Amino acid sequence: MKPILEVKSMTMDFGGLRAIDNVDLSIEKGQIVALIGPNGAGKTTFFNCITGIYTPTHGDIYISPNGSEDGKNERINGLKPNIVTRKGLARTFQNIRLFTSMTVLENVMIGCHAITKAGIMGAIFRGASTKSEEKLIVEKSYLILEKIGLSKYVDELAVNLPYGAQRRLEIARALATDPFLLLLDEPAAGMNPQETMELDELILKIRNSEGISILLIEHDMKLVMSLSEKIYVVDYGKKIAEGTPEEIRHNPVVIKAYLGEEVDA
Amino acid sequence: MTAKQELKKSIIASVWFMFLTFPIMVIKVNTVTHTIDWRWHNMALVGIGSFFLSMLWRYLLKKKEEGGKKEKKAGLSFIQRLLQEKQFALPGIVIISIITILFPHIFSMYQTNIMTSALIFVVLGLGLNIVIGLAGLLVLGYAAFFAVGAYSYALLNLHYGVGFWVALPIGGILAAFFGILLGYPVLRLRGDYLAIVTLGFGEIIRLVLENWNEFSFGPSGIKNIPKPGFLGIEMSMQTTTIYVFYIVVLLVVFTIFVINRLKNSRIGRAWTALKDDEIASQAMGIDKAKTKLRAFALGATWAGMAGVVFASKTTFINPASFTLWESVIILCTVVLGGMGSIAGVIAGALLLILLPEYMRDFGEFRMITFGAVLILMMIFRPGGMIEDVRKTYKFEK
Amino acid sequence: MDFEYFTQLFFGGLTRGSIYALIALGYTMVYGIIELINFAHGEIYMIGAFTGLIISTVLTMMGMPAIAVMVLAGMAAIIYSCAYGYTMEKIAYKPLRNAPRLSVLISAIGMSLFLQNYVLLAQTSDFLPFPSLVPEFEFWEPYSHILTSPELMILSTTVVVMILLTILIKFTKIGKAMRATSQDKMMAALLGINVDQVISATFVVGSATAAIGGVLIASHIGQINFYMGFIAGIKAFVAAVLGGIGSIPGAVLGALVLGWTESFFTGYISSDYEDVFAFIFLVVILIFRPSGILGRSQIQKV
Repeated sequence: MKPILEVKSMTMDFGGLRAIDNVDLSIEKGQIVALIGPNGAGKTTFFNCITGIYTPTHGDIYISPNGSEDGKNERINGLKPNIVTRKGLARTFQNIRLFTSMTVLENVMIGCHAITKAGIMGAIFRGASTKSEEKLIVEKSYLILEKIGLSKYVDELAVNLPYGAQRRLEIARALATDPFLLLLDEPAAGMNPQETMELDELILKIRNSEGISILLIEHDMKLVMSLSEKIYVVDYGKKIAEGTPEEIRHNPVVIKAYLGEEVDA
Repeated sequence: MTAKQELKKSIIASVWFMFLTFPIMVIKVNTVTHTIDWRWHNMALVGIGSFFLSMLWRYLLKKKEEGGKKEKKAGLSFIQRLLQEKQFALPGIVIISIITILFPHIFSMYQTNIMTSALIFVVLGLGLNIVIGLAGLLVLGYAAFFAVGAYSYALLNLHYGVGFWVALPIGGILAAFFGILLGYPVLRLRGDYLAIVTLGFGEIIRLVLENWNEFSFGPSGIKNIPKPGFLGIEMSMQTTTIYVFYIVVLLVVFTIFVINRLKNSRIGRAWTALKDDEIASQAMGIDKAKTKLRAFALGATWAGMAGVVFASKTTFINPASFTLWESVIILCTVVLGGMGSIAGVIAGALLLILLPEYMRDFGEFRMITFGAVLILMMIFRPGGMIEDVRKTYKFEK
Repeated sequence: MDFEYFTQLFFGGLTRGSIYALIALGYTMVYGIIELINFAHGEIYMIGAFTGLIISTVLTMMGMPAIAVMVLAGMAAIIYSCAYGYTMEKIAYKPLRNAPRLSVLISAIGMSLFLQNYVLLAQTSDFLPFPSLVPEFEFWEPYSHILTSPELMILSTTVVVMILLTILIKFTKIGKAMRATSQDKMMAALLGINVDQVISATFVVGSATAAIGGVLIASHIGQINFYMGFIAGIKAFVAAVLGGIGSIPGAVLGALVLGWTESFFTGYISSDYEDVFAFIFLVVILIFRPSGILGRSQIQKV
């Protein structure tokens, strides 16, 4: 089985600042992988490089959507963000970036943009194919909201939702793009323990029922340890550890990075 | 705040404004006769006016602050609800249609002409609404596209004898082309910069039209532009006026129809997403460049068509009709009417054009009122007169 | 090549550039601190000129000596422009501190419209003659065919203003506060800086330099009109953007570049398209190098 995402020796320089230094990472089909590290370690920058907001200075990023041995490997360095999404990678943002003018349903409908194609002519004439596409978009969005548990908010303006619901809405929106890999940037930030537990269940459900792989940046260690099958740890842009939750929990280098002192293992 | 504090603040405001406006409002210098006209009554006016206005101002600001703490409602105002009720909308449309058809026969030619002008501005407002209201791209030189349409008809007619009906789509297409021409280099620009560049673009077009005499005949403009024909039949001045009125009405209806369809489509939603958050919308698969260019092109098209109609109505055009003021007025119709809201822009355009016409006595105060209204609207009611309402979708399981 | 003609154009451009610089400073300082393009800034310049005219006419009619008139009228112009700038900010911009950029921009356009028409209605739409407040310098006579006395006055005044401004920004408490606030508003507030006061001060200082420019140019050209703020404002704005908006030396540099370009272009090629030039500059700069010559690039954090 080929990894669905493989990052090799990625480096990202901003002028004189090296934000990411020679990082490798790979995700297998159906895995939940976490990327952790102290603040400023370069985790969101890493996401931005994968999703096309930045082009890495060095290194390669390969994707293989179904992970099969004979499937093609595609290099996605430097592709524009909207193209990367169309290839099947969807993301959420560290600071919530919902569409504030729009309703909850419409936010998810925007997610469907990547998988639909009606243009100007379609909009004006509303032929049969456009009409059925619109119907599909509405239905699909509604179903996603049901699955996420937000269907009671359908016509509400996205900004009016409680904080935890807004975070889940971002996930719903990302799901609408039909991704094979979902990148979640601190999905549990600001959530209380109850909401975090629900998030845990949600992420598992997404992986189990849709077969979507997950790469997650998180600071909530309980969530990370509970969900992940593999963890990568970065600090100052460098990968300092990689392994299962058990291995990482007892890794002295990791502990030092977070606490700043040697601990006898 | 206690009454005494209120009083004190208002007195300070009053004194301040009397000081501030003293040279300009009180002293009128006549440089020819070397006399000074001391208009003390103005000072009293300013003093008293600012005393009360400052109290009103503080009151309104406080109310605004308190209002902001409540949740932003997706709820609808009276007018919006009214517009959505099927029972009201249908007979409403019928009534408006009847009034529209009968209008030029009931009212004088002069009135009809005014209404025609107002309706042309409705088309312009709706077109700009695509760019600013839906896509969030602040374009300040919109009158340039209007000019492109008008001059294309005038010149095509002059050199090649092209008639109105052929020129109409050509004007739209040419304007769309210019829209893309403007849009392409500015794709990366943020709000303020975009506004300034489009302003610059608009001014460049106007200055070229004014100075390139061989091409555009400069400030003297182009005369004798033919009005639209109807199967070659000779029509009197009166009939032509009515005819042009109906053409413009049709154009308005066409515009409303198409823009409504665009707004509630995949493209329309992409525009609004782009306006809200460029980065997130790209993350959802929206092609920023293509979507923005579409907005520029489509927005400009309406201005182009309106330009062709305008040229045929006035039969004479010159660069003075396409200045920054025109762009500002069109901008005002969108901002005041309600950005993104079709009904709002229509109301805004009609109000802005018709009201000064019917209040001729106050004509000289038009611009200063515009200015004040722009400021006040932005502070107290940024959503406009009739705010935009998001569409709700019905889902059957 | 006619060297004398060249030097005339050179100094002409320098003079133009100086006036643009005086106005551009206001734009750039306000933008640096609240990221607003104050469309109404040109009107401050215009109001300065009008106030100067009005006060100088009144004083002259009262029989004051020319020097006193010049000084008092100049001071009045500065004081009133500062007052207008201060009031403008409080009314049209302060309530919109947290509003989207579009709203403040439109409010600025509204304020510009308002002030132009305010002067139009309260005064006149005519071109009013402005007395020459600038004395002729005897000692300069031999050179006055290259650089006239009024031009010399403009240049030296501008240099003095620049020096004063630099001292203000670099060495005074309020200057440091301005620099801090323009870099990071929130941090400045946390450090105890009264951000509202700093913003007001910025408007006031910018208005003062614009007023000086207004009086100087009005005296040089000899007439004023309610519309003069618009075109001068646009050009000064182009200058500020050209040099890098937010940067004070940039505003001066951009203004000089624009001044020289206009001067040489109209002197050697044609005077028809003089104004177009500024707009073309503007469009080209914003497309290819939006941060201007000396400006800092804006990196958006995701």
